[in-house]
Amino acid sequence: MTGDHQTLALLLFGAFVAVTLAITTWVSRGRRGSAEEFYAGGRLFTPMENGFAIAGDYMSAASFLGISGLIALFGYDGMLYSVGFLVAWLVVLFLVAELVRNCGRFTLADVVAARMRERPVRIAAGTSSVTVSVLYLVAQMVGAGSLVALLLGGTSGAAQAWTVVGVGALMVIYVSFGGMRATTWIQIVKAVLLMGGALALTVLVLMRFHGDFDQLLRSAADRSGQGERFLAPGLKYGGDWTARLDFISLGLALVLGTAGLPHILSRFFTVPTARAARRSVVWSIGLIGSFYLMTIVLGLGAAAIVGSDTVRGSNAAGNTAVPLLALDLGGGADSTGGTVLFAIVAAVAFAAILAVVAGVTLASSASVAHDLYASLRRRDRTPRGEVAVARTAAAGIGVVAIGLGLLARDLNVAFLVGLAFAVAASANLPALLYALFWRNFTTRGAVWSVYGGLLPALVLVVLSPVVSGEPGSLFPGVDFQYFPLENPGLVSIPLGFLAGWFGTVTSREPADEAKHAETEVRSLTGAGAA
Amino acid sequence: MEKHDVPDAGTGRGSGGSGRVSGPRDPWHDALASGWAELEGAGAAAAGVMPPGFARKPGTGPADIYLEVQRSAAFQEVRRRYRRFVIPGAAAFFTWYVAYVVTATAAPGLMAHPVAGAVNVAMLAGLGQFLTTFLLTWAYARHARLRRDRAALDLRWTVLEQKRERDRGRSRDGAPERAAGRDAPSGSRSREPEVER
Repeated sequence: MTGDHQTLALLLFGAFVAVTLAITTWVSRGRRGSAEEFYAGGRLFTPMENGFAIAGDYMSAASFLGISGLIALFGYDGMLYSVGFLVAWLVVLFLVAELVRNCGRFTLADVVAARMRERPVRIAAGTSSVTVSVLYLVAQMVGAGSLVALLLGGTSGAAQAWTVVGVGALMVIYVSFGGMRATTWIQIVKAVLLMGGALALTVLVLMRFHGDFDQLLRSAADRSGQGERFLAPGLKYGGDWTARLDFISLGLALVLGTAGLPHILSRFFTVPTARAARRSVVWSIGLIGSFYLMTIVLGLGAAAIVGSDTVRGSNAAGNTAVPLLALDLGGGADSTGGTVLFAIVAAVAFAAILAVVAGVTLASSASVAHDLYASLRRRDRTPRGEVAVARTAAAGIGVVAIGLGLLARDLNVAFLVGLAFAVAASANLPALLYALFWRNFTTRGAVWSVYGGLLPALVLVVLSPVVSGEPGSLFPGVDFQYFPLENPGLVSIPLGFLAGWFGTVTSREPADEAKHAETEVRSLTGAGAA
Repeated sequence: MEKHDVPDAGTGRGSGGSGRVSGPRDPWHDALASGWAELEGAGAAAAGVMPPGFARKPGTGPADIYLEVQRSAAFQEVRRRYRRFVIPGAAAFFTWYVAYVVTATAAPGLMAHPVAGAVNVAMLAGLGQFLTTFLLTWAYARHARLRRDRAALDLRWTVLEQKRERDRGRSRDGAPERAAGRDAPSGSRSREPEVER
């Protein structure tokens, strides 16, 4: 990759940053920050806008580069990821989106705590939401660092570190000055860029094979060096039973975790009604589904056109598959077309990261200010005060994420994302579903289900091969590995549900019938919705 | 744009309602819960104007509006329709997804079975997951639009009207105003048979 690519890519990065900063200035001009405005953008986005923003919030650079790269290297096993990421949206659509929009104001804790004694539930749900967000944020920061270093050829540690710091600073600026409104528009712009970039590359790949999908599959299998095995599951997750169970665990976490991600839930509060929330999810399923279908074509195209060995040679995790494919589709490394396409892909990936981190930072600052701070401090605060806390929290979270992002630079990004999903599925989803659907659910049940999912998930990770006992671990020197799986979901998700059930049946205080009626009526009719 | 249009003044707490979250009290209508005693009369007076299906006991207070609505036939119909679609639907896609993941990891041989050209069972199953997701999304949106939305909106109006009724009863016990307040819900409820089909 020569200097031309990098210069053009840097110019496009700069243009995107300028546009996003302009958006931030534009939307924050002359606005007095009410909580409604800061957390929910005034709740006046249309379903289509919100659908694009949800897609922009959800499709990270890890999806664009990571999943296509996995498909380019391991064929079918990469596709398993994209299926999980998409099917998860049915859980959101069927069980969560409308009901949460009707019952909640800004955060997940609003929905769960409404039926309960508020303080303990809010603290529990706030803690787990912040944990999930920080894990997700660190994953994106680490991804950003390695991605930019990779695309710009700067393999030095300094380039990575400065990227992490820069991304962190930008996301704090977007969130604390622009709030939800700026974040939403950045996500919309990013979603349009990402879909446009993926669509252009997909069309070019399909044109190369004259629209013949079968021939694309054959060429990909041939050039992968694996033959038929490339198109069947097993290349990556086909090892011993531990590896297979690990994958099932990851699959469960992916499909159940999305509905518990705080930054996804907070997007439903930006539209006026539950009906609008439903329609935004329909939009986003359409966008996300077609995007993942395109990543399959891109991954197979990279295997068929670039070749799996070349991809592996450039980056062992396959993250450069799409940029290399773009270079080739544009006409080769020295052509103008190749340079332009490569720079566009790099800029789109960078935009993808910025939009995702802004959304996650906003959601976690909401959890800190609206749930934790509000519950731990008993002072009378005006709405203005809460927004000020949220802005400060965004900066604090930015600093924490930069610090952890620098420390965790060598951790696998896919693992971190899988872990965030597993914690969301274990701690947030059981409490949310019980609160919405179970008549007898009590305060103790809610608190136990959150901690009963959160603690096992975190403890199991500490005891897993990720942290110790293997050459690739965080602490390879010591061995306190007692749990064989990298992803805790298979154990911790059932534990979260079980703890919620057990806490409820052992509580001394019965569930409040009137509040349950209120939650149920509100959730299905929208009466009294914020 | 700072304002949010919440038609329901009864629960609309200002933007910064979270200032009150630290107590163990109901976050939604703590302001309303203050008026138990004075509302006794209003509740009884409203009993005569309840739409059919709302068995309102005389002497009940404001917190019971939701309990009454929850027990009403109209609400139970909405809930039944929602659950009848969502529970089997969720069970179906979740089973189908788990079966897919387990088969892919436990029986790769079966998945590698060729079907046509380079396309094998695994590829069909994966694309099938995409297809069923799109189909279920469409079916859910259609079901919600045709079978639930209108009835849910009517119930929303019912709750709103009952709250207004009660608030009026609290401020001044004017009979004409109460009569005027009655028109909207009965008008909207009359559309319900259309939805029942």
